Amino acid sequence: MKDTQNNIPRTIPQQSATFSNPINAEIRRAAATGIYDIRGGGAKRRVPHFDDLLFLGASISRYPLEGYREKCDTSVVLGTRYAKKPIRLDIPITIAGMSFGALSGPAKEALGRGASAAGTSTTTGDGGMTSEERSHSTQLVYQYLPSRYGMNPDDLRRADAIEVVVGQGAKPGGGGMLLGQKISDRVADMRTLPKGIDQRSACRHPDWTGPDDLEIKILELREITNWQVPIFIKVGGTRPYYDTALAVKAGADVVVLDGMQGGTAATQDVFIEHVGLPTLACIRPAVQALQDLGMHREVQLIVSGGIRSGADVAKALAMGADAVSIGTAAMIAIGDNDPKWESEYQKLGTTTGAYDDWHEGMDPAGITTQDAELMKRVDPVEAGRRLSNYLKVMTLEAQTIARACGHNKLQNLEPEDLCALTMEAAAMARVPLAGTSWYPGKEGF
Amino acid sequence: MQVFDLEAEGLRALNSSLHELNGSTEPGRWEIVNPKGSHAIAVGLDAPIEVTVKGSTGYYCAGMNKQATVNVHGSVGPGVAENMMSGAVIVEGDASQYAGATGRGGLLVIKGNASSRCGISMKGIDIVVHGNIGHMSAFMAQAGNLVVCGDAGDALGDSLYEARLFVRGSVKSLGADCIEKELRPEHIEILKDLLARSGADAKPEEFKRYGSARQLYNFDVDNVGAY
Ligand SMILES: Cc1cc2nc3c(=O)[nH]c(=O)nc-3n(C[C@H](O)[C@H](O)[C@H](O)COP(=O)(O)O)c2cc1C
Repeated sequence: MKDTQNNIPRTIPQQSATFSNPINAEIRRAAATGIYDIRGGGAKRRVPHFDDLLFLGASISRYPLEGYREKCDTSVVLGTRYAKKPIRLDIPITIAGMSFGALSGPAKEALGRGASAAGTSTTTGDGGMTSEERSHSTQLVYQYLPSRYGMNPDDLRRADAIEVVVGQGAKPGGGGMLLGQKISDRVADMRTLPKGIDQRSACRHPDWTGPDDLEIKILELREITNWQVPIFIKVGGTRPYYDTALAVKAGADVVVLDGMQGGTAATQDVFIEHVGLPTLACIRPAVQALQDLGMHREVQLIVSGGIRSGADVAKALAMGADAVSIGTAAMIAIGDNDPKWESEYQKLGTTTGAYDDWHEGMDPAGITTQDAELMKRVDPVEAGRRLSNYLKVMTLEAQTIARACGHNKLQNLEPEDLCALTMEAAAMARVPLAGTSWYPGKEGF
Repeated sequence: MQVFDLEAEGLRALNSSLHELNGSTEPGRWEIVNPKGSHAIAVGLDAPIEVTVKGSTGYYCAGMNKQATVNVHGSVGPGVAENMMSGAVIVEGDASQYAGATGRGGLLVIKGNASSRCGISMKGIDIVVHGNIGHMSAFMAQAGNLVVCGDAGDALGDSLYEARLFVRGSVKSLGADCIEKELRPEHIEILKDLLARSGADAKPEEFKRYGSARQLYNFDVDNVGAY
């Protein structure tokens, strides 16, 4: 109550922590439009992550390797279990599956060029394989998705690996979404659908359900490709112990595990923010499953979802992954959300770093669009060079850490090299809280 | 004619022998004996050969077929001719779930009955079933023709795109956004051709046509109850 005349102290207006301004704005938006918020990207909320871990480094009990002189191997071989031709990569960082349709042709080409220059693989997506990405990627992983858009045996045979996508970290249990605005003639043709309609691809595969069927499906894919190429199974992080075990049982060569920070081209915000496990919480249960089956390092584990730096790479590897995969970071490296487009982001009612309406196809950076003019903003050669620079920096960073911990191979990093800054991270990563020898869940402390 | 004893020589030997013919234009004839319900028989073929399987098969028989004609003198397990590109697959007996799933071309003929999800997500294949089909058939079917001489189960053509569905008998229920449509002369022509090629004893005029109402193509909040 305002009573200036009598000079009575007044109550300061108080915002609710529960009904905050962003929450209230969302309520008003929903009330006005009658549709949930759709966006791209991964979970934006803060969750326990690699930032909550630190490396211990060598000292008296362990000795380090010389930074610029002693070798630290970064290579990795994926698909050693069954494939006649496993994938050999120079660095343990791969480019995750992002569909042509979600991304423009030049953006896909840039990913292929950058990855190839850095000695790693790229992955197709929910929309089939384009000739551009095949020709610009020395190692290309072909995704086998529920929608089966563009699926055909010729592309299957010219792939270097096949990735059966069961789920994604951003939307475990959800299907794909490509809205009408982005369906150009070429995209429509590749997907055998009319132009301009919303494409909501299925969340389950059309011709198998459950791990026993999956095993037979994998047999079929191997027979079609004459057991030449590795078969990956990609799952969103939900029940990583059991999903990893079942993927191994179904015959995977490689398990790809994507945590909730993992990006998507478009899905409901409520899905992105409220379904799935943080990447940090996925890794140890998955590695445990591999170890329990005697398959750790036999079946390789690729982890994705919020990988940004060489430190993140090193941490994922120290927890037992064989390699990591990046989506969002690769997009940023080729120009996504670049401050140079700030005035255009403003016009779209957003700002650099926050732009996530990738489904609308109006991306000022020309990456998540099918608009012929906008996509010219990506020069595939120049953007490819930036991606390869970035991949090399991440690799050097990871090597720096590995050498400091005394390892001559990135995969030799181990949980004992790590400690956690928070109780949550300690519990999820199963490494001791900094300065202690304990983590929640550890027996007999 | 080549006779291949699957039980004696194994699946890998079978498919790799058949793949050695891929790309060739020579017609050849193969007979596979003792299939005994094996999975992934004659998958990934790409030559104008004729393969006859003497008995019943497991999952994914003739998966991703191109050019070849595969006859099954028996019944087939789930996913027969899945993602077929071209050629023909003819099943004398019945088919389990997801027959012709995601098929992009060619002709699949089931002379007996097909089970649930027949033609799921089909993308251009023609499927002719002489008997009945099960529930959720042609779910999210995008393109091609599904012809059913008998009856269809529940939720036919749910979330259908542009595939055409023709049913001679009864339809237990239609799925979301699937409606009956007029059978026009061009559809009679399509039926005439498919019925003749598949050896079905039925007249085009006896069929009803079903297709997409196209009401769910772009999201509209007032349609949420339809899903
Ligand atoms: C624009 C975009 C498109 C994507 N498309 C696909 C896809 O088609 N198939 C798929 O399995 N995952 C897709 N993903 C998920 C990525 O493969 C990967 O799991 C995720 O981006 C990893 O997390 P990160 O973005 O934090 O690196 C997409 C992600 C983005 C950002």
